[in-house]
Amino acid sequence: MALRNIIGKRIGNGIGLVGRRSLSTATSDVENRNAKSMNLYSAINQALHLALETDPRAFVFGEDVSFGGVFRCTTGLADRFGKARVFNTPLCEQGIVGFGIGLAAMGNRAIAEIQFADYIYPAFDQIVNEAAKFRYRSGNQFNCGGLTIRAPYGAVGHGGHYHSQSPEAFFCHVPGIKVVIPRSPRQAKGLLLSCIRDPNPVVFFEPKWLYRLAVEEVPEHDYMLPLSKAEVIRQGSDITLVGWGAQLSIMEQACIEAEKDGISCELIDLKTLIPWDKETVEASVRKTGRVLISHEAPVTGGFGAEISASIVERCFLRLEAPVARVCGLDTPFPLVFEPFYMPSKNKVLDAIKATVNY
Amino acid sequence: MAFCSRNSRNIIIINLLKSKVGSSRLMKLSRVCCYGTCLNSTNHCRFLPSTTTLPQLGNPDPNSHKKGHSPCSQRFQSTKSGQQFASLPNGEHSQVLDFPGGNVVFSPEMQFLSESPNVYNPCYRVLDDNGQLISNSVFVQVSEEIAVKMYSNMATLQILDTIFYEAQRQGRISFYVTTIGEEAINIASAAALTSDDVVFPQYREPGVLLWRGFTLQEFANQCFGNKADNGKGRQMPAHYGSNKHNYFTISSTIATQIPHAVGAAYSLKMDKKDACAVTYFGDGGTSEGDFHAALNFAAVTESPVIFICRNNGWAISTPTSDQFRSDGIAVRGQAYGVRSIRVDGNDALAMYSAVHTAREMAVNEHRPILIEAVTYRVGHHSTSDDSTKYRSADEIEWWRMARDPVTRFRKWIETNGWWGSEAESQLRSSIRNQLLQAIQIAERAEKPPVKDLFRDVYNNIPSHLREQEKLVRETINKHPKDYPADVPVDVAVKDDGVSVYDVDVIVHDDDLIIHVR
Repeated sequence: MALRNIIGKRIGNGIGLVGRRSLSTATSDVENRNAKSMNLYSAINQALHLALETDPRAFVFGEDVSFGGVFRCTTGLADRFGKARVFNTPLCEQGIVGFGIGLAAMGNRAIAEIQFADYIYPAFDQIVNEAAKFRYRSGNQFNCGGLTIRAPYGAVGHGGHYHSQSPEAFFCHVPGIKVVIPRSPRQAKGLLLSCIRDPNPVVFFEPKWLYRLAVEEVPEHDYMLPLSKAEVIRQGSDITLVGWGAQLSIMEQACIEAEKDGISCELIDLKTLIPWDKETVEASVRKTGRVLISHEAPVTGGFGAEISASIVERCFLRLEAPVARVCGLDTPFPLVFEPFYMPSKNKVLDAIKATVNY
Repeated sequence: MAFCSRNSRNIIIINLLKSKVGSSRLMKLSRVCCYGTCLNSTNHCRFLPSTTTLPQLGNPDPNSHKKGHSPCSQRFQSTKSGQQFASLPNGEHSQVLDFPGGNVVFSPEMQFLSESPNVYNPCYRVLDDNGQLISNSVFVQVSEEIAVKMYSNMATLQILDTIFYEAQRQGRISFYVTTIGEEAINIASAAALTSDDVVFPQYREPGVLLWRGFTLQEFANQCFGNKADNGKGRQMPAHYGSNKHNYFTISSTIATQIPHAVGAAYSLKMDKKDACAVTYFGDGGTSEGDFHAALNFAAVTESPVIFICRNNGWAISTPTSDQFRSDGIAVRGQAYGVRSIRVDGNDALAMYSAVHTAREMAVNEHRPILIEAVTYRVGHHSTSDDSTKYRSADEIEWWRMARDPVTRFRKWIETNGWWGSEAESQLRSSIRNQLLQAIQIAERAEKPPVKDLFRDVYNNIPSHLREQEKLVRETINKHPKDYPADVPVDVAVKDDGVSVYDVDVIVHDDDLIIHVR
């Protein structure tokens, strides 16, 4: 087909890199054959095993990844694929990402681990000024699309200032990278494989609280979930809730309780924060007329602000109530005060009711 | 021949000379002796103790990091800071701690490593200020063809800089960065590399691109940001890039390219390519964290990368005395476990030899090499700078005339009978004419179309950018006078009746599913 040839030439590598497996558009489409119960770090570990197995030019590196990583996500990789492909780096985030950019620029899949999202900032210059602009500034002569940066993020119950942060908003303001956050083990495996194989640099935040806590049936085969496609994980008609990562399970509990009061909640997992799926969220808001966004990160300048502004711009006349945001406080993430800081189930529930009764 | 063997650098030189015996490329052997780094109070050279082994080149010991340093590279005891003893007294071997990092020898004396050496790290040079070979110098021979090409490129670079600088002054281009004074570093290093070696430049290395075949027209196109610019007009002038020439696109940010080179070098090693990565930066760039990160990573990952520092004395207005207090840059290499050398950056032959040798070490031994090329930034930092505000015009003039690397190399090739004044004037007028023409053509050419504003942010254009493009086009239609007339605003060329940018492509079980919006 002539058009196929044209598209093939123009889009080029983008097609090959997507892989030859079918892309599912919703979780239900992921076949459950050979599914095994596993937690989040095991699912991520499986994804990494598959990534290295299917691509001889894939590498995993970062602090402490060789022995399996501080969260066990890289267990078994060094033994199986060798120390040339899975290796410890010096303790230097700017070096990890800078090195990863160079590796990716040569056509490799560079899967870099930042030990905690709280420590990603030394690499911020490399991510924003280099990785995000590498393709654009070169006129598409070069790219570092093979770069994926993984980092555990979010509250863990006792993490305090520097083991609990959710820095996603900083990165959502950077054209040229993608930001992806999975909510569960099954999602994580499919999304991580998509991120690794996506021809753009991606920052992948893993909810550390769920590493051991979240257990799910995860198919053992190689599957990918699409990026920039939000998922309605609970159908409803009275209010739309939007969230990502670990916060979704809190929001889900609030939805269940709201149901008892006769409020029908639609819950959306955004999954990819940039570029984000406005269409799915808007379609839901047009149905419900109300929207609530919830994230752990501090409310001011959090990504909820972008979603809110965008929805108000596009769905103003449909809205029955102001856009609600239930988020972390504008403080450093506290230790003893964590329960007060967090956007808890009851905070979300109260906001649902206030919005519905507006 | 007396070999001072206490300094590991000298040991390396010795072995290299040995391996090159019989090669016609190696010229005279020098008395490879202490350049003042083997120090004791009487300043004698000592012979290598027979019990000590030389480090082996060519078959790097993967466990060497566990065994610790060879005695010759260990820090030695001294009674005063600033002095280093020649060798390890045999009696001291008994007290040793088998530490994860290696064998550490105890000492009952409290001694601090000096903050500065007694003698400055020597600078390798082969041609004197008059372009004449220094006797007993060690260098890699260059053929007449290569030497003449090197000289032509250096002269071309000079003319290119002069003309483009003028063009900026005339308001024809918005900005320019010259390389005046650093032509030898640019061209000689490029000549010593192969076209497979990948280059990560800072912004004062257009000569490397010139050597590799980037045309004068291509330089002009980028500076004018016209539609033939392979960067699609997105960046400031002088921010060149060319994948055809393995020259990664420049970014204005300082030193960010240095760790990229390490990752790229690692890739070359994994692919077993006969190639290395090379990255350039200035003295200012070595203060950035990325420099330190990169050297450390390069040593640990054993990557074939050459770090070339153009120590030109100035980081905009900041002299090196405000930049660092180390003896320049090459001495830092050892701190990271990186072999390094300081070279006269204005000596094209020395630069060529050093880079050539460094490349062999990097590729064959899988190791990084740090080269500090000492030079002087004759031009202003950029067209946005007037350097007479912070340095004397006399100083600038002196370096421009008396220490010009181009003249110096010309004298050497003339001495060899490879060049003359007729060739000189022919070259200069030819290049000048070509450049003036290239500029005219570049200036008249159309700019890239406005659709190039929205593409390449990602590999495919996402829906929110398509939407923004639509809105911008509406604004353009409404307020055309707000926008430059030389940027075309036509919609993307249609193919088979379908706009190429209005299509989603999905791969499904080996089938291409094309969804037309």
